[in-house]
Amino acid sequence: MLILERSTNTTWHDVCAMDDIIVGTGVAARLNGEQLAVFNTGSGVFAIGNFDPFSGANVLARGLLGDIAGVLVVASPVYKQHFCLKTGQCLEDPEISVPAYETRICDQSKRIQIRVDSV
Amino acid sequence: MEKLQLLIVGNGMVGQRLLEELSRMPHAYNITVFCEESRAAYDRVHLSSYFSGASADELSLVAPEFFEQNGIHFLREEAVQSIDCLRKTAFGTRGTIIKYDTLVLATGSYPFVPPIPGHDRVGCHVYRTLDDLDAIRRDAANCRTGVVIGGGLLGLEAAKALSDLGLQTHVVEFAPQLMAVQLDEQGGAILRKKIAALGVQVHTGKSTQKIIDGDQQRHKLVFADGELEADLILFSAGIRPRDAVARDAGLAVGERGGVIVNDLLQTSDPDIYAIGEVALWQNKIFGLVAPGYDMARKLAAHLCQQSGEAFTGADMSTKLKLMGVEVGSIGDAQARSPGARTCVYEDGVKGVYKKLIVSDDCKTLLGAVLVGDTSDYDSLLQYMLNALPLPESPSSLILPSLEGKPMLGMDALPGTAQICSCNNVSKAGLCQAITSGCTTIGALKKETRAASTCGGCASLVKQVLESELKRQGIAVNDHICEHFAYTRQGLYHLVRINKIRTFNELLQQHGKGHGCEICKPAAASIFASCWNDFVLDPKLVGLQDTNDNFLANLQKDGSYSVVPRIPGGEITPQKLEVLAKVAQQYDLYTKITGGQRIDLFGARVDQLPMIWRDLVDAGFESGHAYGKALRTVKSCVGSSWCRYGVQDSVGMAIYVEERYRGLRSPHKLKMAVSGCTRECAEAQSKDVGIIATEKGWNLYVCGNGGMRPRHAELFASDLDDKTLIRYIDRFLMFYIATADRLQRTSVWRDNMEGGLAYLQDVVINDALGLSVELESQMQSLVDTYACEWKRTIDDLEALKRFRPFVNDDLPDEQIVYVRERGQKRPPRAEEKALALIEHEELV
Repeated sequence: MLILERSTNTTWHDVCAMDDIIVGTGVAARLNGEQLAVFNTGSGVFAIGNFDPFSGANVLARGLLGDIAGVLVVASPVYKQHFCLKTGQCLEDPEISVPAYETRICDQSKRIQIRVDSV
Repeated sequence: MEKLQLLIVGNGMVGQRLLEELSRMPHAYNITVFCEESRAAYDRVHLSSYFSGASADELSLVAPEFFEQNGIHFLREEAVQSIDCLRKTAFGTRGTIIKYDTLVLATGSYPFVPPIPGHDRVGCHVYRTLDDLDAIRRDAANCRTGVVIGGGLLGLEAAKALSDLGLQTHVVEFAPQLMAVQLDEQGGAILRKKIAALGVQVHTGKSTQKIIDGDQQRHKLVFADGELEADLILFSAGIRPRDAVARDAGLAVGERGGVIVNDLLQTSDPDIYAIGEVALWQNKIFGLVAPGYDMARKLAAHLCQQSGEAFTGADMSTKLKLMGVEVGSIGDAQARSPGARTCVYEDGVKGVYKKLIVSDDCKTLLGAVLVGDTSDYDSLLQYMLNALPLPESPSSLILPSLEGKPMLGMDALPGTAQICSCNNVSKAGLCQAITSGCTTIGALKKETRAASTCGGCASLVKQVLESELKRQGIAVNDHICEHFAYTRQGLYHLVRINKIRTFNELLQQHGKGHGCEICKPAAASIFASCWNDFVLDPKLVGLQDTNDNFLANLQKDGSYSVVPRIPGGEITPQKLEVLAKVAQQYDLYTKITGGQRIDLFGARVDQLPMIWRDLVDAGFESGHAYGKALRTVKSCVGSSWCRYGVQDSVGMAIYVEERYRGLRSPHKLKMAVSGCTRECAEAQSKDVGIIATEKGWNLYVCGNGGMRPRHAELFASDLDDKTLIRYIDRFLMFYIATADRLQRTSVWRDNMEGGLAYLQDVVINDALGLSVELESQMQSLVDTYACEWKRTIDDLEALKRFRPFVNDDLPDEQIVYVRERGQKRPPRAEEKALALIEHEELV
């Protein structure tokens, strides 16, 4: 995997091309052994964990995108709980959230990069 | 002011309800509760569901932290041993001593076990608590047969539980009929037939003399005439009030047990009250939860000095489902009132029995017995409770609806009419809650508790809500979601008339925000119904729901199942071989579906294209099991083989399935074709059912299986092939144009003003002048059909989405399986860790 920039505890990883994600959908990606769900809503690129805590399956990348009262969300394809794309927070259960990752678009808007904090 | 000590003995359903009522109002008590069982209050009404899947937690009636939050001192697993009324002190079985100011007995009842010799043998049980059920479950594991002694309401519940545990079940009843308290002789006989048909053997008029060692099985019941062997015995011969402590304390008790209470539920000691099944009011014990709840509510108000509302007895009408058989009993079911007249409807074929008991002037309803069909229960109960004037001919209230049953309009009910008897909610109470803002069923249930105990009044509550909203002129929000201020029908017309083909256009012109998982799939379905564009087109793929998204059915572990189309259920051995090979190659769990197809489970998303390459090459097409679309057209073999068949049902099924394959609609569609009136294809449970006649085909519509079965209705008779297809074309397109999102044809039909006659008018008589248009819309969908999987496996762009990861081609290593009965299945939670390790070792 191409590591682009490393500071003391932060790494930006190149994950895929913008063209790899159809606008309005998501893809699954692997980073450091973790599964991520990366979405292109058309208004931005977001990354959260791919693991759906309700079903125990790695499926969030296959959920439908949308907004609930203005909050951008993905709906789990299994039991339809909503997760905020920016924070990973589950809207139905304040106790539950999935990891959220910072993203950026580089290389003349062609590549998607994701930041992973290491300990 | 120092708080008063309130001691509540017992934490059953009624005791808990008293605590809840007290917690809702200001009071001056320190409350202590003795709870004999290890579990706090749970739902005994639905006890048998413990054997059909419900957990102890699901049955619990106590919200987490309820006792802590309300400052209630809760003594678990401790009963009261004795009460000293003079010193106002109670002594617990574990040594706790409590001084009280006021004491409430809510000790309930215990199951009566007749003192026949052998009643206490190992393997003899009662059915009252979760601990009883645990003991039965443990014992049943080593048993083949079980017998319930007692054929009353509880006995039949218990019989269901035994049969759920897989035991060959018998019911032995001393009286000459089942449910002698609630039913008359004829009703009991019908119930007996229905229960026997379910495999439970019923023995009435049997007096058990003794229980001894069996020859083949553990026990032998010896009757006055004959004997019966069984491994497990369950006594359900009635209940007795648990009044021993009260008796010892010197409180007045009834001749046959029960602590005597007055209208304020006070015992002979004014500081001690009794509620629930231990209380004897006017020489009556109320063995149902609703009167117990009513006592709890009235006592709570009395203790808090909020009202002096007296307990005035309770209606003992009941409606329930025993082993799937609906039974209802209202008021004077045995017609004991002087001068009572009866009128009876019986359908021996369907096993339906209904009887009305009316006053001698035929003006008021005194009671009713319903077996096999309790759909009239709610309105009959209202007639009785409110003494509503009966229609001219009371029998019209119980005749089948096709004969024009007078409807009990909600407006006819007085405000005092009790809608929910479990929680004593009146129509006025509901209306008040609706006025104060509860405009959905959920909000109304939460606020009033109506329909939240037995649920029997749910449909009445809904009717009150609807009629009240209408009356108050409150607009019901029927918008599909927050992004579109339209119904599905509204969106359908916008799309069709304005020729909209993408979600962006629809959203920009008629909506707001980004859309959601409600409006996006609805829009995708509408686009497909109108234009039939490829569903995985980049413009449409982001709209597709879970299953359409990858043209397969998502399973709980994130894998998919694959269902190729097998039109009419007809398949060559060669094609079967292909399915077998594919299933073997990809190790897919294989199961025959109810729709005469084969379902292959456990395919990872990255395997779907390879699987479909093989299937398409062998001539298979998508079965659309993933879509809100036509699923299958089931058939019997018909006149080609069958001695009774009068038409070629398989040929017709294949023609129909190939005509409507891929048709996207508001919900899934199922069809079937039977070759004669014996109806082996079960066409009357389908959205579209076709049954052969000597002269052609009978068309049935709007049937449904599933959660709310509904028989399809005869729509038109003796049609030739062409007319049949024309009617189905029009019917389906009219449904697609006018139904709500996710509304099956059955519900669509039930909500249609004008009913079946209107539908026939539109489709057969062309009352709206739409026929030509509906037919041409359907023809255009038929002409533009293309197999989605055939298209996908040749489309490199579409295939990219099936990669397991955008940056890695290794599949998801967390999808693992265990083996069972020669095939794989997803591991249960406790098996998963081990399965993952084994999987890793293999890799």
